[in-house]
Amino acid sequence: MLAELAELLKEFYNAPFRGAVARARRQEDDLFMLLVFSEMVGVPNPAAYFTLELQPLLYQDFHEWHKRMGMDRSPTEWFSCC
Amino acid sequence: MSAIVFVVIGVCAFSAGYFFYSKYLAEKIFRLDPNFVTPAHTMEDGVDYVPTRRVILWGHHFSAVAGASPIVGPGIAVVWGWLPALLWVTIGTVFFAGVHDFGALWASSRNQGRSIGALTADIVGPRARSIFMIVIFLLLLMVNSVFGIIIANEHIAVPSSVIPTWIVILVAMVIGWLIYKKGMSLLWVTVIGVSVLYGAIWVGAVMPIELPSSFLGLAAPGQWVVILFVYAGIASILPVWLLLQPRDYINGIQLFIGLALLYIAVLLAAPTVVAPAFNSNPPANAPPIVPLLFVTIACGAISGFHGLVASGTTSKQLDKEPHARQVGYLGSVGEGTLAMAAIIACTAGFASFADWNAFYGGSYPAAGLTAWARGGSIIMENGLGLPDNIAETMLAVMGILFAATTMDAGVRLQRYIIQEWGTIYNIPALTGRNVSTLIAVGSCLLLAFGAGGGGGGALIIWPLFGTSNQLLGALTLMVLTVFLIKLKRPVWVTVVPLTFLIVMTIPALIIQLRGFWEAQNWLLIVMDLLILGASILVALEAVSAFGRAKREAAAS
Repeated sequence: MLAELAELLKEFYNAPFRGAVARARRQEDDLFMLLVFSEMVGVPNPAAYFTLELQPLLYQDFHEWHKRMGMDRSPTEWFSCC
Repeated sequence: MSAIVFVVIGVCAFSAGYFFYSKYLAEKIFRLDPNFVTPAHTMEDGVDYVPTRRVILWGHHFSAVAGASPIVGPGIAVVWGWLPALLWVTIGTVFFAGVHDFGALWASSRNQGRSIGALTADIVGPRARSIFMIVIFLLLLMVNSVFGIIIANEHIAVPSSVIPTWIVILVAMVIGWLIYKKGMSLLWVTVIGVSVLYGAIWVGAVMPIELPSSFLGLAAPGQWVVILFVYAGIASILPVWLLLQPRDYINGIQLFIGLALLYIAVLLAAPTVVAPAFNSNPPANAPPIVPLLFVTIACGAISGFHGLVASGTTSKQLDKEPHARQVGYLGSVGEGTLAMAAIIACTAGFASFADWNAFYGGSYPAAGLTAWARGGSIIMENGLGLPDNIAETMLAVMGILFAATTMDAGVRLQRYIIQEWGTIYNIPALTGRNVSTLIAVGSCLLLAFGAGGGGGGALIIWPLFGTSNQLLGALTLMVLTVFLIKLKRPVWVTVVPLTFLIVMTIPALIIQLRGFWEAQNWLLIVMDLLILGASILVALEAVSAFGRAKREAAAS
């Protein structure tokens, strides 16, 4: 009964704002992608040595990201996803 | 007469509306199909389009549409006596708002869950869509200004409301942080948050706060208006999860608690209605009841704003088409119930006719929210034994929180529109978050102070706000009618309320225009003329769109 109430409240809390929260989250993620792949699009990044390590983890989102950023094709030559 | 009669009338009318009229609409007009696959399934994305349980969808649809308006509107309109307000709220909810909200939800779910604005362009045409955008911007501008003014006045009338109102902001931010950053269970957070809110109400009642009567040449109402809009500006650029979401949530919870407490108190106290059925002696400056009653009570009888919610978010989460009947129609019934509670508080919450007349007999429009808190608190004291000052603070805070959450969201929406204009017309300055927020807040402040009374006496724009809200409702009904004509279904269910709204709105605008002219208030004259122009365009557009749709339907 208590668990059901908790579930009900959770839905009541989240349902109206799912879209807004997801969009806010995506904005943050996009900025993070830009930081990680900044050297690749020609922006010098002093932390490139460290962000390089993260790149393989983010490759699967790379295509969606560059499309969303208005670049129809992969912005780099050495990594082409499309 | 006992106020329980109002409760009985309300329950009977709303039940009959739901069990008979909405059934008729569902079966004969909208022809809801349990096998129709809703956009929540066909376009499911886990973000906007998500099939949601019926009771949850109803809960948040209702709390999204319920606001301060169904309290303030009836709170002002009982000046003409309780009977006209009661009749308009019951008839309006059953035959106007119910059809409007239910219909908007159905039409949107039949069109990929698109918003009424987008549907206007698709079904009626691009010209109607432009009118729609203008009406929405004017409506937002007025909502924000009016609600800012109402909160300012209420903080002065009930100084004990100050502490709880502002503590809620802190509580909401802590809740948002606990949930998103600490992953705490919502159930416990809710219990703690609601306890702190009611604790703050008690603290507020013990420690009322008043601003100095003058500061930098601003009177107290003006000071509050400035503080509120500075807050609204900041709130509108904070992340949604940090403030808006937890604030809306607490508001929803306290809506259900407050409404339940008030109705239980009415049943236990059985207060006597002291206001007259028809007030033969309204204040000298009160406008004629027809047509002003029908724009003074907008939300609670019919409100265009509901169409935005129904088609904007609710329709994307509708699990099965037949749910539209419960979610849409019962959503408007919920709003009607809140309006009914306001009528009871403002007509039966006073000790005697002399007390009531002392409040309402002075000048029009009376502070509806103040009457609600004062009247409701006496009913709660008699029915539940709650101390008068605690109950008054609780009800004032309930109204203020409604107004404040609407303002938070309203300023944010205004900013989006300004940013969009910046993109459309290629003005990069407007697309920035800070500049667009400043313009949104600045325009609201301009209207709040431009309306007169140093930012405090500007409830005078309330009927103008109601008019633009009704106009938006008329636009939605027009879209629905054209859609029904195209489907070759009976249209009287939407044409009758649509005609009524237009016939009432235009004279109401002309009467108000005369008042603004006499006061030589050019800002309000311009606003009134803009809305009047939009109303006439809506009427003309409706006639031409119906003709076009009929010809198309006949040809097909």
